[in-house]
Amino acid sequence: MKYALRFVALGYLAAVLVGPVGLVFYRAFEHGFDTFWSAVTTPEALHALWLTVLIAAIAVPLNTIFGILCALVIVRHRFRGVGILNAVVDLPLALSPIVVGLSLLLLYGREGWFGEVLAERGIQVIFSLPGMILATIFVSLPFVVREVVPVLREIGTDQEQAAATLGAGSLQTFRRITFPAIRWAVAYGVVLTSARALGEYGAVTVVSGRIVGETQTMTIHVEERFQSFDLVGAYAASVVLAMLAIGVLLLMTLFKPKEETR
Amino acid sequence: MIVARDVVKRFGDFTALDGVSIEVPAGALTALLGPSGSGKSTLLRVIAGLERPDSGTVEIDGRDATRLAPQKRGVGFVFQHYAAFKHMTVRDNVAFGLTVQKRPKAEVRARVEELLALVQLRAFGDRYPAQLSGGQRQRMALARALAVEPSVLLLDEPFGALDARVRKSLRQWLRHLHDEVHVTTVFVTHDQEEAMEVADEIVVMNDGRIEQVGAPRELYEEPRTEFVMTFVGAVTKVGDAYVRPHDLEFTSEPNGSTEEVQVRRIVHLGFEVRIELERVDGEELVAQLSRAEADELDLSPGDILWVRPTKERIFR
Repeated sequence: MKYALRFVALGYLAAVLVGPVGLVFYRAFEHGFDTFWSAVTTPEALHALWLTVLIAAIAVPLNTIFGILCALVIVRHRFRGVGILNAVVDLPLALSPIVVGLSLLLLYGREGWFGEVLAERGIQVIFSLPGMILATIFVSLPFVVREVVPVLREIGTDQEQAAATLGAGSLQTFRRITFPAIRWAVAYGVVLTSARALGEYGAVTVVSGRIVGETQTMTIHVEERFQSFDLVGAYAASVVLAMLAIGVLLLMTLFKPKEETR
Repeated sequence: MIVARDVVKRFGDFTALDGVSIEVPAGALTALLGPSGSGKSTLLRVIAGLERPDSGTVEIDGRDATRLAPQKRGVGFVFQHYAAFKHMTVRDNVAFGLTVQKRPKAEVRARVEELLALVQLRAFGDRYPAQLSGGQRQRMALARALAVEPSVLLLDEPFGALDARVRKSLRQWLRHLHDEVHVTTVFVTHDQEEAMEVADEIVVMNDGRIEQVGAPRELYEEPRTEFVMTFVGAVTKVGDAYVRPHDLEFTSEPNGSTEEVQVRRIVHLGFEVRIELERVDGEELVAQLSRAEADELDLSPGDILWVRPTKERIFR
């Protein structure tokens, strides 16, 4: 029975997760490392990689900071509308990324609400970097909030109040008491946010215009290579994407301090 | 000295404090005693600045503190569930208030060692709160609160989460500590025995109001309200009158002022013996005797005898 259970669990993972991903790795290196290397070092691929990392590097810190703030408001503040705020945070999880992309088009596109005002000032949001960043922020917003909220609820306010009676101001209390208590939730939220930001395709593709070498992220690059029958290029870029995600996970485990693993 | 005047605090429809005024003398150990929901914890939190009263004022050492943030009140607060900073060692917990004040490192270190010795946690400085027992955690919390030399020490059900044996020993320890440190201390408890054992003065609270303030003995012997009579110490009813179970006198013959009772059950509790009695009209009462007295009466269940309160109180 014990083995049967294990077999089912591992078999399921192997069939739906490890198998397909492993196959991508296999295909990428099928023709040797040199082929792989030249596929991922084409100017387009490098630019796509750079763009993906850049977008994540902007979206993830912003969503981390505002995610923590949102979580604090949701848990610690009492006013009408907290429930709505709490629900709105989940919106990106429920909405299809395509809808997110379209909504940004409606808002910032040439015919959109802000489109004209922005165009007059020479700011182009759609079919350029700002729109892609906005789309990425939108879709990766809930993760830090969702990880931090339950932990904040669980730790309660006793420790913060104790710090206050000991003379600590609110910033000091946050830095020395609240943040250390939620840091693992934050870290996990950052991992999820990063994974989502790196892997986002739908919303970004709508607002990017998919201009090769300009507004092509890794995911769009993979799709474009695939459509152009450059399978090695597609697989190789996929492997790079996967490595990025694994890298983020590894960084988190590395930073884990010893007291927590005790 | 702490002075609170006409403090009112409501939570929605619930009135936690309904115009409470107290004076806590400097250097004394005062207990706020009452059942849950009586407002005792709220009063403590108002004094600490953790709750803001809807109306009324709070003065600490002659200074109006009503609108003062908790950081500026100079109070030490100890929570029922310790509120230990889980990610810090015992030493860092105790040092927290001092490092907030940016005191010199050497001074902090010396003061922390002194406090750890005071609360008998010297050997535990490098541990984390999770590695301590409940009693040790609460002593750590106490050292942490004392570190900043508060003018007032406030303890909210400090022993409430501990088991009975630890609670007893910590009570005595707190009393001794107070005799050493002499900081004005207020502690909240729902346990009348704890209040009687530890406090110089007890403030009995009920339904957001103060019932009576007095020394333990005064409350026991001169209760001013029905609530104090029944909440502080054991009590039994003879008709409309309240009587302490040891204030009942037995006679084998009736005289004008006695009542006839039948012995239902005799419970031996070591030094004392509790006798459960039933009056002719079916009402039950309890008497408390020393073992010698009980032996002399030589009672057994079913016996009929006559009882007379030597000291009774009627509240109207």
